[in-house]
Amino acid sequence: MSTPILEIEHLAMRFGGLLAVQDLSFAARRGEITALIGPNGAGKTTVFNCITGFYKPTAGMIRLIGDHKTMLLERLPDFRIAKLAKVARTFQNIRLFPGMSLLENLLVAQHNPLMLASGFTFFGLIGLRGFTAAEQAAIEKARYWLDRIGLLARADDPAGDLPYGAQRRLEIVRAMCTEPVLLCLDEPAAGLNARESAELDELLLFIRREHATSILLIEHDMAVVMKICDHIVVLDYGVKISEGTPAYVRNDPKVVAAYLGVEEDEVEEAEAQVGL
Amino acid sequence: MSQEAELQKPPRVDVVAALKSALLAALLAFGLFALLVGVRTDQGPTGALVISQRFEDVAWLVAVVFAGSFLRALTFGDRPLDLARYLPAGVKAAGERLDRFGGFALLGFALAVPIIFYHNRYILDLGILVLTYVMLGWGLNIVVGLAGLLDLGYVAFYAVGAYAYALLAQNFGFSFWIGLPLAGIMAAFWGVLLGFPVLRLRGDYLAIVTLAFGEMIRLVLLNWQSFTGGPNGISGIPRPSFFGLPFIEGEGGFAEAFGLEFTPTHRIVFLFYLILALALVTNWVTIRLRRLPIGRAWEALREDEIACRSLGINTTNTKLTAFAMGAMFGGFAGAFFATRQGFISPESFVFMESALILAIVVLGGMGSQLGVAVAALVMIGGFELFREFQQYRMLVFGTAMVAIMIWRPRGLVGTRAPSVYLTERKAISSSLTREGRG
Amino acid sequence: MDYFLQQLINGIALGSIYGLIAIGYTMVYGIIGMINFAHGDIFMVGAFIALIAFLCLVAIGVSAVPLALFLVLLIAMALAALYGWTVERFAYRPLRHSFRLAPLISAIGMSIILQNFVQIAQGARVKPLPPLIEGGHTLVEGANFAVRLSNVQILIVVTTLVLMLGFTWLIEKTRLGRDMRACEQDARMAALLGVDIDRTISLTFVIGAALAAVAGIMYLLYYGVVDFFIGFVAGVKAFTAAVLGGIGSLPGAMLGGLLIGLIETFWSAYFSIEYKDVAAFAVLIVVLIFLPTGILGRPDVEKV
Repeated sequence: MSTPILEIEHLAMRFGGLLAVQDLSFAARRGEITALIGPNGAGKTTVFNCITGFYKPTAGMIRLIGDHKTMLLERLPDFRIAKLAKVARTFQNIRLFPGMSLLENLLVAQHNPLMLASGFTFFGLIGLRGFTAAEQAAIEKARYWLDRIGLLARADDPAGDLPYGAQRRLEIVRAMCTEPVLLCLDEPAAGLNARESAELDELLLFIRREHATSILLIEHDMAVVMKICDHIVVLDYGVKISEGTPAYVRNDPKVVAAYLGVEEDEVEEAEAQVGL
Repeated sequence: MSQEAELQKPPRVDVVAALKSALLAALLAFGLFALLVGVRTDQGPTGALVISQRFEDVAWLVAVVFAGSFLRALTFGDRPLDLARYLPAGVKAAGERLDRFGGFALLGFALAVPIIFYHNRYILDLGILVLTYVMLGWGLNIVVGLAGLLDLGYVAFYAVGAYAYALLAQNFGFSFWIGLPLAGIMAAFWGVLLGFPVLRLRGDYLAIVTLAFGEMIRLVLLNWQSFTGGPNGISGIPRPSFFGLPFIEGEGGFAEAFGLEFTPTHRIVFLFYLILALALVTNWVTIRLRRLPIGRAWEALREDEIACRSLGINTTNTKLTAFAMGAMFGGFAGAFFATRQGFISPESFVFMESALILAIVVLGGMGSQLGVAVAALVMIGGFELFREFQQYRMLVFGTAMVAIMIWRPRGLVGTRAPSVYLTERKAISSSLTREGRG
Repeated sequence: MDYFLQQLINGIALGSIYGLIAIGYTMVYGIIGMINFAHGDIFMVGAFIALIAFLCLVAIGVSAVPLALFLVLLIAMALAALYGWTVERFAYRPLRHSFRLAPLISAIGMSIILQNFVQIAQGARVKPLPPLIEGGHTLVEGANFAVRLSNVQILIVVTTLVLMLGFTWLIEKTRLGRDMRACEQDARMAALLGVDIDRTISLTFVIGAALAAVAGIMYLLYYGVVDFFIGFVAGVKAFTAAVLGGIGSLPGAMLGGLLIGLIETFWSAYFSIEYKDVAAFAVLIVVLIFLPTGILGRPDVEKV
């Protein structure tokens, strides 16, 4: 059992009259792939937005236990969470920079170290050597990741030209270029076919293995979840209804009921109707 | 039916349908023009208004609309108007080559202008005017073209630069070379001041707020008589000198020092090369910045601000930097303007100027340096060419703005060149680039 | 106190005019998310058409003021509506799916066209008109100041009220109003459900233009003078009013108009008249920075 990297305690998010997330507590462990699943509207992306700073939670605490220090995320602005806490994310609707090339996309991700190296632009403007070296290193890193996802040949093509599956993978490696300790993926397998899903599994396992990055993902594709996740948290209507290993969660009657949309005691009947 | 299929359909020559649409168009024209054109109001001898009729003018207008609409319906039928098809292939190919060599060709031409047109004061002045707008266009390009921030009040920084320089020169006797950077710094400072509260606004709202700021600054300049001279402006701004040698006849002057016969043209030529140099500096800085992380961040900001934030980029600072840089170059241009004219007044800094500079940037193809330069040349040059048609000039200008937006909303230059490449620099079509929401 | 009351009355009258123009801005922004830069100039065109129509009517012998005004109202509304329709059809519709800056530039171009068209057609000098509606009522007879409510002011406020009521009825109860509200919420879905988007948008512009024309007539009656440039400043102020009240909200436009009218009047009366335009711009900036959704607007939450 490794140590936790992300601890969520009594998280709540309210939008006017709607309580999207209620008293949610769970932990994601270092070096593990944790999944957040649940029927549509369960509040999963809301939790993500709270963790990554795009929403300010109504209540609760979000603790990131990094390598050297622990940070509280619930009051930090989004870009600080990415920059200081090293939490990277992808989006449900892919947010690439479509008019920029693949290489440029990955270089933008390395903006902060490059800015430092360019002396916040001044030294870069007058062509100081330090910056060129840093830029070369950045390009190398981009090259590494592009190669990993098989898009090196298309490095100079505009990101908007890529097919959907490739765009998804690009978004993930772009997040990896920020060297995060925690990678939050919002439905990375959405819209992928079986082959692309398998490639995604491989990529995520590679990331966990080689880069020691913890992963938190929202997913509907149960094949992916069951295959690669170490720990699953199940939400329904903003409340955690189950948590545990894939085997445990799969058989938890509460979870089955939630997904079938029926009450717990009607599960057997519903399953019979459906032919399970 | 898809657009291409639509365009390839042989035109249905349907005279009756064409007549019908022409008739409707003529009716519309009649409704629009009958009163406003047909009846002219003038102040009569007693001061009250008297009317006179100009129905022949209305008749002419309606006839022209009828004829034009009829011809259009006949040749294009119900397909969209597509004049590009009729351009000979040669012109299109030339257009593509222009992209690559155009920059150098234009630069060479610009350098040669004072030599070729040495005795044509009008052309030299026109050249200075065009180059001033090229510089302003390049300055605004940083804000609108690269960072995607809709700024409708750019003239404010132009004004700040001009007035800062004028006041510094008048009150402290600073020479141009000291006043210029100071004016730029003042303008950049205002850029940060103005930008800070408003840069989190989106799209059209940012546009309107910047417009409001621009107008406010003009109104303050207009009314704060004691400080800015009000509507009379500031006159007697010292003319530029050639690094200390004034352009005067006789002793200690530029002509004498170089053994030339004095002519006022010397100063004009100097001003020409001065603005050319300033513009080129703007261009060089912009190109350098584009390749640095800040420039890339600007373009990424334009594409998707939320993605930028998720990558740890402080978008507020990024926007402020773009704003301040653009403002600084606007300020430089303003200082040049002040020293060239010798006299400035709030009249030169109306909203129309902001709109004009914005139109140059958008027409040029946002982010494209060459496009902006060509657009400035076309718009300002074209504007001047129509000088005889004083009254109709603005009307044509407005119509051109609308027509160009409909025809080429992405601007003259349809592609974007990536700032860094692995194997080859591939041009990215502007249909993929976003235009910025911030 | 009497001075205050007078300014209050003046402010409400002026505010009604701004409110009528503001409705056009807010409707168009609500339905296609675009600031119709040329709307202020439609107001100006409406004022000019009213002026010319009136002079023509007088020339052909219709000099009874109420009848003439009524006819002028109809003519100006109809022709301004035509202008509104034309502007939308030729300058905005082709750009509807283009990027954001294109319709903005096109609108600015249209504004230039309208201003210069009128300037060329009618000359650049101001056009005065002798006061058509005279008289008023003295409300309070103070020691050195009498508070007057002029008949023009009554006409303005009453007309505005009537139009507002009629307009609210249109939006709430009629098919067109429903279509407009649907387009505002989700244009694509509305189209899929059979709403004619082009027609609905055109009608939005037409109605906005007609209301702007009424504002133009009121302006003409109130100030007695028009020139080709009144559209720009009135346009920015009316837009400020729309934003202040909450862009997209009709009662908001009216509320915003009244507030701007009052702010402008009180500012000129108590502080300085040269800077009264600055006051309006300052309000715009303050509102957009601190309360971008306006008083009655709906908050805009961007989905990540």
